[in-house]
Amino acid sequence: MTLTFIMVGLIIAGLLVWQAENLWLGSAKWLSLISLVLLSTVFAVFVLNNSVANEDFVQLQVLTRVAWIKTFSIEYALALDQLSILLISLTLLLAFICVLVSWREIQHHVGFYYFNLLLSIAGIIGVFVAVDVFLFFFFWEVMLLPMTAIIAIWGHEKRQFAALKFFIFTQVSSLLMLVAIIATAYFHLLQTGRLSFYYPDWLLLDIPLEISQYLMLGFFIAFAVKLPSVPLHSWLPDAHTQAPTAGSVLLAGVLLKTGAYGLIRFVIFLFPQASVQFAPVAATLAVISILYGAKMAFAQQDFKRLVAYSSISHMGFVMLALFAFNTIAYQGAIITIVAHGLSSAALFALAGMIYHRIHSRSLTDMGGFWHSAPRMGGFALVFASAAFGLPGLANFIGEFFSLVGVFQVLPAFAIVAAVGLIGSAIYGMVLFQSSFQGEPKHVITDLQLRELLICSSLLLLLIAIGLYPMLLLKFSFGVM
Amino acid sequence: MLLASLPFYQLLSFLLLITFGKKLSWQLAAIISVSSMALTVLASTILLFELSASENQILNVNLWHWFDLNHALGKSQINLSFYLDGLSAVMISVVSGVGFLIHLFAAIYMKSDENFARFMAYMNLFIVAMLILVLADNLVLLYLGWEGVGLCSFLLIGFWYHEKNNVLAARKAFIVTRIGDTSMAIGLLLLFNSFGELNIAAVTTLVQQSSHSVSGLSVEQTNNIYWIALLLLGGAVGKSAQLPLQTWLPDAMAGPTPVSALIHAATMVTAGVYLIARMHDIFILSPEVMNYIAWLGAITLLLAGIAALAQTDIKRVLAYSTMSQIGYMMLALGAGAWSAGVFHLMTHAFFKALLFLTAGAVIYALHHQQNLFKMGGLLKKLPFEGSLFVVGLICLMALPGSSGFFSKEAIIAQLWSSNTAGPLLWWCAILGALLTSIYSCRLFFLAFMGTARFSDKTHSEKNILLRSALIILALLSLFGGLIPLDLTLVFPTELAASIPEILEPSWLHTLAILTPFIGILFSWFYFKKYRTSRVVGSEYNLSASESRLVVFCRQGLGFDSLYSLLFIKPYQWLAEKNKHDVVDQVIMLNAWYISLWHDALIMMQNGSLRWYLAAFGLAIMLLLGVSFL
Repeated sequence: MTLTFIMVGLIIAGLLVWQAENLWLGSAKWLSLISLVLLSTVFAVFVLNNSVANEDFVQLQVLTRVAWIKTFSIEYALALDQLSILLISLTLLLAFICVLVSWREIQHHVGFYYFNLLLSIAGIIGVFVAVDVFLFFFFWEVMLLPMTAIIAIWGHEKRQFAALKFFIFTQVSSLLMLVAIIATAYFHLLQTGRLSFYYPDWLLLDIPLEISQYLMLGFFIAFAVKLPSVPLHSWLPDAHTQAPTAGSVLLAGVLLKTGAYGLIRFVIFLFPQASVQFAPVAATLAVISILYGAKMAFAQQDFKRLVAYSSISHMGFVMLALFAFNTIAYQGAIITIVAHGLSSAALFALAGMIYHRIHSRSLTDMGGFWHSAPRMGGFALVFASAAFGLPGLANFIGEFFSLVGVFQVLPAFAIVAAVGLIGSAIYGMVLFQSSFQGEPKHVITDLQLRELLICSSLLLLLIAIGLYPMLLLKFSFGVM
Repeated sequence: MLLASLPFYQLLSFLLLITFGKKLSWQLAAIISVSSMALTVLASTILLFELSASENQILNVNLWHWFDLNHALGKSQINLSFYLDGLSAVMISVVSGVGFLIHLFAAIYMKSDENFARFMAYMNLFIVAMLILVLADNLVLLYLGWEGVGLCSFLLIGFWYHEKNNVLAARKAFIVTRIGDTSMAIGLLLLFNSFGELNIAAVTTLVQQSSHSVSGLSVEQTNNIYWIALLLLGGAVGKSAQLPLQTWLPDAMAGPTPVSALIHAATMVTAGVYLIARMHDIFILSPEVMNYIAWLGAITLLLAGIAALAQTDIKRVLAYSTMSQIGYMMLALGAGAWSAGVFHLMTHAFFKALLFLTAGAVIYALHHQQNLFKMGGLLKKLPFEGSLFVVGLICLMALPGSSGFFSKEAIIAQLWSSNTAGPLLWWCAILGALLTSIYSCRLFFLAFMGTARFSDKTHSEKNILLRSALIILALLSLFGGLIPLDLTLVFPTELAASIPEILEPSWLHTLAILTPFIGILFSWFYFKKYRTSRVVGSEYNLSASESRLVVFCRQGLGFDSLYSLLFIKPYQWLAEKNKHDVVDQVIMLNAWYISLWHDALIMMQNGSLRWYLAAFGLAIMLLLGVSFL
């Protein structure tokens, strides 16, 4: 019930916030913040109180299960395990960041904006907790619509195009997933005489490889678009670049992770054999993503576009690690998911702060910011170093674990992927140096208190995970 | 406990300086950074005593558990732990001792810089990373320090970031060393995969066990060890500016001079030497790689010596000289003369820091003039700096009695009969010594003899602290060779590497000692015009040769243009050509295709009856045609 309460709470809060902004100007951001605090507390208390009863959520614990559409035996079933708790925590944390970065940036339709923000967060949480696959699909679509709206209404100059591209890419790919979902449910009917969309039921299915490989492919393509993996990545640079800051933070920080989550839960756990068979292809795509993303990032002149391409490179590590079927690599993938969520969110937030000051995203308009904004420069340096995997920060642990794990299984892939470390150093240097070093072009104000809060909280988390990764590694996250 | 705290004095100072930054006065910032360094020196001294008093000459301390790595052979625990033995003791003494003197110098030298606190903060952070590097008990922690010093080196080279050239030099240093680092990272992956361990002591034991076991090493293990050694060598070559990743070091001279002294002469660039010495048990099992190291060292030593002969910038001469001296260390390691290599590392840190700092004082006295051809006659005008520089050069040339003499002779003496080196490499080392003394003399004649080729008045910094730092370094350079360095516990296998049967000719040592004098004698006549430019008449006339060969040598023997052609240009070209993401364009063809249909269909709905009729007729004819066929 608590999970439902949180999601419904977010939606109701969204509606309230929307109306409240019409009554009192400037109330929306405060109300959103308060409702996020309340609901996050509810979530934290719930998880802590129930962890003993549920054996620390090592296994998937079904918490709610009621019939929804009886004709197709579709249920409203929610569950939690360590993986989903981790991702929900990340989502809620970044939700705070999103509200904080939007504080000054959003100037029109403010109420409606926060409604969309809260709605998409509700949708994302739904994706992480749904264990009825149809319900999962429902939430998958729910999180998409407000996100599209955020890009289309509050984005930059080419927002309509970017929103449309984002929408079509995800729609077409999730159509494939829908086909795969219906086919699997139908297969369940054939095998057991009962239609079921219930995920734990599906885990018991014994699907012959010649069928499961196609079902797996349907899911895989949907998640590969979301992750994204080359060659299905091209919605991401446009969407990231055009979205408002909070949109980019949410996209990079969490929305991409729904792809990784889907790969873990609905590809690897659901179709283990087919995934193993498919691993060479997926690993190849992943390695190409790592190198191609790094190369494309180097070519960009737009701060946000550069970070967007770097995300493709980092998510390549996640996919490579997942398809190595190795414990260390799996842990690496999980840490990379969190680390990239934090570091890319930080870089996008920074891009927003710079945009707020000079009204440009182009690196050619930047340079020498360190002179007038040394604090911002320090943070930019650390976040860029996190992106290129400086040891001591979270991303290094993720990449190192991924590479160690992958090397044990697919050494050649690990070696080629390691070359991506050079590529990431190159784009990291370009990003940092062309914005903060060189001849000062603008005099900008240094970080304000609110911005300092955003940057330092993300920085502390990156360092904490980097130096004490046992914070996360002590959990198994449903490890294979 | 003292060991555990060693890097934290500096870390604390770094945090203070970076948080308060410009709010701190010069006095306060200088006191914080230098006194924290003094604490480090104190702690290291106490640690050295503790170490010699301890039973097995090893101190260990565990800070906290970092993570575990599972392997088929068992679980490997990776901790944030420090490990102090004879080798790391040498390193921490050099890092803290020389580091302290350079900090002291820098606090006065950089006084007028508006970002003084930030500068000292970076220097402190560098010491933190360097101490972690040399104290790490596992290779992952070592890698943390390794990348950390790389980042600090990047920050300090680009400290004056307003200049585009400094920014580019910093980028180049970071990316070139990163290539080496990546090789090292792959080496770690392979090492973990083959032995299931990354803890240095554990790896050493495992490697020794398997090589001493009855069956010996399997073919696969030997093969793996070969690759591990080669990949680690890649990392060492990047950090220590050896061929083929040496190109970043001369450009790194863009940083402030104390940085060049601390990072690009005394400490960071010797990290590669330290890595190989630390992992020597792996390298011993792979004589081929040892042989590569020896050759790489020898070739770097000669090429850098040649390049140093053609430089016009005083700091770049010293940079190439550093590269060449590290070549000696590599040569020693390759020959299996481990402790001689480490010994040279130590003495080189003394005299090269002295040379750089004195050069910095000279540059400062000449209002930031670095061009040798705009100096001259400085021995008279700056006698203090001049005489210290002479001391440094004497050690660099390894004249008998100086510290450089002891360490360099120790290396050269072991080359001839080593089975991974041999007479040919011995000759390379001798030729290198000859080159060293020639470029040292050229440098000295140009800068300190002849007549002054500048018009401004010199203003020598007379601060007592700054001068005492230089004097201590000079004393260390002169007498550092007498410091007893007993590394037999760390390198017990040293003597096994040499073949006693090979008879060493009796003239070897005589020739080795005489070589620098031959170089001096040669230079005395060959560079006569540098030393006596007053004879020429017009005193401003002296200029560097612009012949193509000299320019080629001055630009580092063409490596930069070669790499630019092979790697940088193609990568940039690819990035530029594919700026708009060809994959995206292919996908967007769909959109174009759909809008094409959209336009075509709109055109058909034009409301004119003739068009509809024609289309109707055409369609019927088509249908009929199809059905007939």
